[in-house]
Amino acid sequence: MRTSTTASSASSATGTSAAARAAGSAAGSSATGAATTPPSSRGTTPTDLGHKARGRAVKDQLARVVMWAAFLLALVPLAWILWTVTSKGYHLLLDPQWWTNSQRGITSRRVGGGAVHAIQGTLIQGLTTAVISVPIGILTAIYLVEYGRGRLAKAVSFMVDILTGVPSIVAGLFVYALWVTTFGLQRVGFAVCLALVLLMIPVVVRSTEEMLKLVPNELREAAYALGVPKWKTIMKVVLPTAFSGIVTGVLLGLARVMGETAPLLILGPYTKSIATDLFGGLMPTLPTMINQDRTEVLQPAVDRMWASALTLILIVLLLNLAGRVVARFGSVKR
Amino acid sequence: MSSVTGVSLADETPGPHGSAPLSGDGAGTGRLGDRLFGGAAKGAGLLVIGLVTLVGVFLLWQAIPALARDDANFLTSREWSVDGAHPRFGIVELLWTTVTVSAIAMLIAVPVGVAVALFITQYAPSWLSRPAASLIDLLAAVPSIVYGIWGLRTFGPVFEPVQGFLQHRLGWIPLFSNAGISGGSTILFVGIVLAIMVLPIVTALSREVFAQTPLTHKEGALALGATRWEMIRTAVLPFGKPGIISASMLGLGRALGETIAVTIILSTLPDGSKWTFSLLNGGETFASRIANNAAEFDTPQKAGAFIAAGLVLFVLTFVVNAIARVVIERRKAFSE
Repeated sequence: MRTSTTASSASSATGTSAAARAAGSAAGSSATGAATTPPSSRGTTPTDLGHKARGRAVKDQLARVVMWAAFLLALVPLAWILWTVTSKGYHLLLDPQWWTNSQRGITSRRVGGGAVHAIQGTLIQGLTTAVISVPIGILTAIYLVEYGRGRLAKAVSFMVDILTGVPSIVAGLFVYALWVTTFGLQRVGFAVCLALVLLMIPVVVRSTEEMLKLVPNELREAAYALGVPKWKTIMKVVLPTAFSGIVTGVLLGLARVMGETAPLLILGPYTKSIATDLFGGLMPTLPTMINQDRTEVLQPAVDRMWASALTLILIVLLLNLAGRVVARFGSVKR
Repeated sequence: MSSVTGVSLADETPGPHGSAPLSGDGAGTGRLGDRLFGGAAKGAGLLVIGLVTLVGVFLLWQAIPALARDDANFLTSREWSVDGAHPRFGIVELLWTTVTVSAIAMLIAVPVGVAVALFITQYAPSWLSRPAASLIDLLAAVPSIVYGIWGLRTFGPVFEPVQGFLQHRLGWIPLFSNAGISGGSTILFVGIVLAIMVLPIVTALSREVFAQTPLTHKEGALALGATRWEMIRTAVLPFGKPGIISASMLGLGRALGETIAVTIILSTLPDGSKWTFSLLNGGETFASRIANNAAEFDTPQKAGAFIAAGLVLFVLTFVVNAIARVVIERRKAFSE
């Protein structure tokens, strides 16, 4: 009686009557064999079972093929994009001028010039963004993991989720409405950073939170038992243990904001010369440099567009890679 | 946590011994250092709440004066002329384009993304699954402006014949009627490019849930004679369904708000052009209209109109993300 209930639950689980009958006839002992062995080798099973079992095997194979195909299909655009950008942009990157000169005085008709102004702008804005958002993000994560209780913690967590979903153009619009429309200030690099901070905070919070949760509670309890105050426990025990994971999160967040373009369209118009002042004048960045040249048809400008795209991808990928390496070699030991 | 989405499902579930996730151990001593540090942490949390509230309130505050002067119906008008004493603007066309583009992206990205996640967690040989996951994550690392120029200049020309074929053979269906827009800059094509951008998000999150399927469920299915695919259908997919839904929602949120790739690829329509339901038409999404006109924000009234559009986009993504959140919460209640 017990065997038959198992068999009927098998039929509902697999959705095929063949499995149920196989399980029933073999008293539930060789159900796995029924699915995998060819019909000829099974002496006692009814003949009509062979056909259905083959159908199931075909379906199984089909699913396997579909999964592999989906994976390979997903790799096509990746390889295609990397190939396109690399093949069209690499020759300018090999020129030392690319890393030392700006585009000042160079029209789209002329070959030459470099991207150092844009690279500098991207790095300066990225670092400023990180300097603002990393402390806020880490403290928020500490609050959520170490202090947060009840409704306030739930609300903070929910807001972080909402912030994760804020479209970058909306972040840009918000800062525009605040910075330009309300305070009447000029569009400068720092305004861009403020918009990027909105996008970076949730990434830092979530990754830090995750890492803090991995720190074993025993470490905290040991510190408390020795009479160490909570804040010192967090600073000297919890944070150092989770350090590499936090660094990974910061690097990934940095990679995300450096590749961001939408807020820059609203807040950070492009300029061809070197500008390092965050609070005065326009500041060029790699995304806006690409955006500037994207409508060009003249070959020198098109080449520069692909080269700056390649430079941007390289920076972002390097940050990603660094983040993963840090994560691999310094993960929290359980 | 998935580095791509910034969202984790793992930390929402109880630990191995059934203990609730860590949240506050009440070990503060009340000394000055503790109070300062705890206060700073709480302050940061409050700051985050304040920021999000500020974004919503501020956009609303800036949008209301412009909306009040709007002579057309904001929700149903197709017009968009934002200057002058009698501005007339409405969002219906933006909404249509935004939703259609995102729907196409989701139709492609969700099945493929889930299949890739199943491949990584169930089918890939063990030496391959980690590199495979990293490769798919790389797709998310490519900046969206690069997707834009690649889509416009490289992928678009390749897609042109496909569009010609659709127009020629299926043109009698309103969705594929010829709207006179070249192949590499239509709603359909943007949807496909967005699908590629959303794919890693869907994959990353579903991968995480699939990997959490209890081994006993999987072994149970296999022991009852299920093939691998039947095991996936009966054990992995039902377990991961809420994860797939919330992954799709997060991807959808991303697709709705994507700006620069859409701006670069999608061709804008001239004012007063004829309304069609064709996917082979141009148009503008909320985000791309804001980006296309970024240089025009010179008066508060003009800026207000665009901020109103941005506000609708914010609400749209807010709702989508909230749904994702609710689905995750409910899963927490039902997981063993």
